[in-house]
Amino acid sequence: MGKNTLIGGSIWEEYSQKVQDLMNHPQNMGEITEEQAKEMGTKLIVADFGAESCGDAVRLYWAVDEDTNIIKEAKFKSFGCGTAIASSDTMAELCRGKTVDEAVKITNIDVEHAMRDNPDIPAVPPQKMHCSVMAYDVIKEAAASYKGVDAASFEDQIIVCECARVSLGTIKEVIKLNDLKTVEEITNYTKAGAFCKSCIKPGGHEDRDYYLVDILKETREEMEHDKLSSLADAKTSEAGEFAFVDLTMVQKLKKVEAVIDENIREMLMMDGGNLEIIDIRDTDDGFTDVYIRYLGACSGCASSSTGTLYAIEAVLKEKLSDAIRVLPI
Amino acid sequence: MRVYLDNNATTIVDPIVFEEMVPYFCQMYGNPNSLHEFGSETHPALRCAMDKLYAGVNADDNDDIVITSCATESINWVLKGIYFDFIRNGDKNHIITSEVEHPAVIATCKFLETLGVDVTYLPVNNDGVIELDTLEQSITDETALVSIMWANNETGMVFPIEEIGQICKKHDVLFHTDATQAIGKVPVDVKKAGVDYMSFSAHKFHGPKGVGGLYIKEGKVITSLLHGGEHMGGLRSGTLNVAGIVGMGKAMELAVENLDFEKSNVKRLRNKLEDELLKLSGTFVVGTKEQRTPNTILISVKGIEGEAMLWDLNKAGIAASTGSACASETLESNPVMEAIGAEADLAHTALRLSLSRFTTDEEIDYTIETIQNAVLRLRAISSTYAYAPDWHESKL
Repeated sequence: MGKNTLIGGSIWEEYSQKVQDLMNHPQNMGEITEEQAKEMGTKLIVADFGAESCGDAVRLYWAVDEDTNIIKEAKFKSFGCGTAIASSDTMAELCRGKTVDEAVKITNIDVEHAMRDNPDIPAVPPQKMHCSVMAYDVIKEAAASYKGVDAASFEDQIIVCECARVSLGTIKEVIKLNDLKTVEEITNYTKAGAFCKSCIKPGGHEDRDYYLVDILKETREEMEHDKLSSLADAKTSEAGEFAFVDLTMVQKLKKVEAVIDENIREMLMMDGGNLEIIDIRDTDDGFTDVYIRYLGACSGCASSSTGTLYAIEAVLKEKLSDAIRVLPI
Repeated sequence: MRVYLDNNATTIVDPIVFEEMVPYFCQMYGNPNSLHEFGSETHPALRCAMDKLYAGVNADDNDDIVITSCATESINWVLKGIYFDFIRNGDKNHIITSEVEHPAVIATCKFLETLGVDVTYLPVNNDGVIELDTLEQSITDETALVSIMWANNETGMVFPIEEIGQICKKHDVLFHTDATQAIGKVPVDVKKAGVDYMSFSAHKFHGPKGVGGLYIKEGKVITSLLHGGEHMGGLRSGTLNVAGIVGMGKAMELAVENLDFEKSNVKRLRNKLEDELLKLSGTFVVGTKEQRTPNTILISVKGIEGEAMLWDLNKAGIAASTGSACASETLESNPVMEAIGAEADLAHTALRLSLSRFTTDEEIDYTIETIQNAVLRLRAISSTYAYAPDWHESKL
């Protein structure tokens, strides 16, 4: 929150002047007819994306020179809000003069940048970034139609957030590298989910194949699984390779038991005593407390709370970690 | 020319109302709860305002009309008060409302759901009105409250309040109505309607912002939410908004006086606007003229996204509203539009025009002309209308 968000503002105030001008006077609005395309000696391509019931629909016309694959003319029609119209217009502008292969590389981010008045200030508010995605999608449709291929073939990676064009691979990577635990953190690192928010969780502006909440959950599970398997591997290798503090509680217990069995229990049994581990707990201040109970001759022995105890603790500290404390109960 | 056709959002303060309020800022600014004359000299005006409020909704002198800050507060109070009195500290656990209520009701009910309350959101028919049978079938022994709006803010559709009141009475269930969009537009009579609680806000009927009311039928007192003083008989603490109350009283009096004018002149202008707009192809209006408040039109203009339409109207100085998802901060579609017109793509093409008694013939003529031009311009840009009607029909 804070002062600037409490009263809120009109989203219209966040449109760049270019967006407003294009909304009022679109430059490339219209259509290309078969006759016009023929006159130019070009092939006419008409591609549609979206539907009125989704809130956005755009139709793109290309006149493509089949010898050079250059888009000689581009026009659009659009059902949508002001930013959708301005984005479609900018997209058509960016297509003109490019080859089809070059045009396919135009992203919604290029479209949005082209509409900025100031290179550092977004042309539209975050939730309107979505509108420029339509412009990007329809180019792929047009190129697919020209080449006679499926539009999906132009996408070599799975895009989770269309607005910010963030791939599934990128998102998983930043979660793992930075140990991210929340969707907000993913958004802060990658901008995925910062715009129309459809990709955050089901039920947003549009249905998605992947949602950040699921990706986070699955990636965290993968990370946990990787950690456990590396721990299991470590167990079979030399002791001490793994920092004691990083072990799971079960692992810690097993390590403590192993050390006690190897180094301590025999000594106690020689005196007719023994001990059992009652509990093991990590404390907030970084210690691992091992709760033990003496058995047999040890219980009641004067040394059990002094010398013997110090000896047990010293062995565990030496073998495992300085942060271990032994507490008899 | 500037034309304000967003009167379901808020209204101009009637200059007569404003005049009545002026002395209570710099002359009679005392706290009505004080013993001294500065305080007590505000009492006659407050009493007069209360008389007008009671008369305006035909409340009995033994009923309460508690002054609040707005209808949202009144609604929160009823729903949360019922929760405390009958659910948390009682044996009920169910509230019934509708899918098309104002967010003040929906969001509060969603909050109560997080506390374990069962809430039934009644669906609406294509006209945006609940079915009485469905309401009656939804009432159970657990039901504490039925909360249904008197008139809808988006469509202007007037709900069968008297029938709903009878059903609630028959099943011995409390009944709250959000009358925010009804006062000043249709006759509001709490006795006839059989309501136990009724919320309203002054700024929707040419009163000031920041003041509203909650009508509470005699004997139906609910737990207070604002503690801290003896104001409003201890029901709602907070120093009285004297100027606001005086303004709301006058606004209520004028609203009731102007009901005939609303029914004749406002309705005439609304119908003129509606008839002209319906001459455009690919348009439809939700609900019949007779079912609606006299001032409201919710029209779908095919092929034109609502925000784009608002943009063109705003450029021409006309204020209107849309339920289009694109125009909202969150891009979430308006549940009212979804509930009544999903098949008609209303959620993206809705334009709401709401008039008031201050709307003039010239303004309506100008609006008709402006919308006609905007439709021509925007449909020329549209990919789903002008040159591709077949494609549009196929809803590809």
